[in-house]
Amino acid sequence: MAQMTMIQAITDALRVELKNDENVLVFGEDVGQNGGVFRATEGLQKEFGEDRVFDTPLAESGIAGISVGLATQGFRPVPEIQFFGFVYEAMDAINGQMARLRYRSGNTMNAPVTIRSPFGGGVHTPELHADSLEGLVAQQPGLKVVIPSGPYDAKGLLIQSIRDNDPVVFLEHMKLYRSFREEVPEDDYTIELGKANVVREGNDVTLVAYGAMVHSALKAAEELEKDGIDAEVIDLRTVMPVDFDTIVKSVEKTNRMVMVQEAQRQAGMAAYIISNVQERAILHLEAPILTVAAPDTVYAFTQAEEVWLPNYQDIIEKVNKVINF
Amino acid sequence: MKRTVENIEEQFETFQILNEEGKIVNEEAMPELSDEELKELMYRMVYTRILDQRSIALNRQGRLGFYAPTAGQEASQLGTQFALEKEDFILPGYRDVPQLIWHGLPLYQAFLFSRGHFHGNQFPEGVNALSPQIIIGAQYTQAAGVALGMKKRGKKAVAITYTGDGGTSQGDFYEGINFAGAYGAPAIFVVQNNRFAISVPVEKQTAAKTLAQKAVAAGIEGIQVDGMDILAVYAATKQARERAVNGEGPTLIETLTYRYGPHTMAGDDPTRYRTEDMDSEWEKKDPIVRFRKFLEEKGLWSEEEENEVIEKAKEEIKAAIKKTDEQPKQKVTELINNMYETLPAHLQEQLEEYQAKESK
Repeated sequence: MAQMTMIQAITDALRVELKNDENVLVFGEDVGQNGGVFRATEGLQKEFGEDRVFDTPLAESGIAGISVGLATQGFRPVPEIQFFGFVYEAMDAINGQMARLRYRSGNTMNAPVTIRSPFGGGVHTPELHADSLEGLVAQQPGLKVVIPSGPYDAKGLLIQSIRDNDPVVFLEHMKLYRSFREEVPEDDYTIELGKANVVREGNDVTLVAYGAMVHSALKAAEELEKDGIDAEVIDLRTVMPVDFDTIVKSVEKTNRMVMVQEAQRQAGMAAYIISNVQERAILHLEAPILTVAAPDTVYAFTQAEEVWLPNYQDIIEKVNKVINF
Repeated sequence: MKRTVENIEEQFETFQILNEEGKIVNEEAMPELSDEELKELMYRMVYTRILDQRSIALNRQGRLGFYAPTAGQEASQLGTQFALEKEDFILPGYRDVPQLIWHGLPLYQAFLFSRGHFHGNQFPEGVNALSPQIIIGAQYTQAAGVALGMKKRGKKAVAITYTGDGGTSQGDFYEGINFAGAYGAPAIFVVQNNRFAISVPVEKQTAAKTLAQKAVAAGIEGIQVDGMDILAVYAATKQARERAVNGEGPTLIETLTYRYGPHTMAGDDPTRYRTEDMDSEWEKKDPIVRFRKFLEEKGLWSEEEENEVIEKAKEEIKAAIKKTDEQPKQKVTELINNMYETLPAHLQEQLEEYQAKESK
């Protein structure tokens, strides 16, 4: 076992799969010699050659489009969209094309593509780098959307995503890249997609989160414990599909839930998840399910970022409301 | 300083072999085709013209769904396809169903595509193609990927894709030819310039005097071809294919052509944007008329033979429509099952809901 940051765990996952399967191709802007702007592909071109790990011209629609084409030739493409805010350039190529290949061809073709992309707030990027746009892809049938919360999960989920025979959008929160290390096995292992992880057990309230917000939820839970509130924290790991069974099971125990997301509130994951939970568990609920989310503005200019982003105090506030309802 | 946009047409002079009168005007470019192959080209063009006429009629009777007429474009469509090998991969636009048919797609499946039944897109093993693309230009980036994949596999094959004059305005058009150029990928990009993107004339689409010249910016070969001359279209595609499989990179082929009919059968009225004069000017260039003259002169074609093709086409279309009618209705449960390799839990629940609905 080695101590790894999330970025190291991601590089390691790519290395494992490049080694395991000669059909895996890793490509994108600056991923070759430069090793990616975050060094996620550091050393991979040297190790596996330019045929397997290569730079692309600077065009996101082209990157997603060639991924579909490569899939028809039996490859397993792992393209990188340099920042997920750039995905608007590739929306047709992903949602209009890649996601629909299996469906459109009546299950005779498939696109085993894993699109990796950094996103997430708090690192003072220029516009259209930090936005939480998982809702755009989660709304498209045919895609799976994975968001790891740390190094161990990132490696196991990425390997599983690459092996999945349907397209996966794998979103990497920039703030988690180097903020902490975890024990990560050096061999290969997988974590099932579509299964949530109960990262903290508790009896009084269920906090559902994903990505960096899992850590805010855990911090809130620690603080709440001091006040005698015992919070359960669920890390979704995969936001499409959502593991409703795990959430409902938890809510049946705690009878209260707060949904936490970094994205703006409007029409996002929280709305989808809450509507499903109330359909399945309303008689177990002692209070309305509340949401912690960013306000419905365009992503904040960096000087307002810290206040704009949801934090553990916002979570505590909402938990107190559902507890005292 | 030399101006670059002046005299661009000299660089992209229209390549022609057979003129409107059916005379060979470019003997040295004449492709090597046997008499049988020449007759086969004629057979396919006549057959496809009949298929278009029947498809329009069936659509008007409510027996076909979405349909984009093809008459006028037979030389561009079939001349390019005839230069392909079985292992080549076609990425068609929605008007490019004839190329799929001659690449091996059974006629009844083409009709099912038109009727909005997914079995139309379940291509038989060995028919190397994607189903017709609806988004203008999306297939161009995909073609670059197919070609790159072929290169990585060491295949001696090409990816060929089609769009129209309007398609060259899309970002994906440029991204596709640029990616393929950068990777030296074996791709052929065909632009069937039929003068109108639904109603917008090509002059309003771009200031470029030719569409072939767009190849220059991507650093790839470009050629403008008389798209009503099947010999020129075939020869240009054949050459592009040879260059591609020899590792010499992609080619952009612009074919000058015309669609006689409406954009699609869903209410487009060409009299709103085209004149009768223009229509008849282009009908004089008709690919079948000139090729018929050429073949008759060589003693390879007769009215009798043509009538036989027409009868055969009509019979096969009739049989295909019958088979189309016999296909089971598609179900929502089938669509659900075609979403993922393994159904996620939420879709499993929906599957059960629709199983119950469909068993009623």
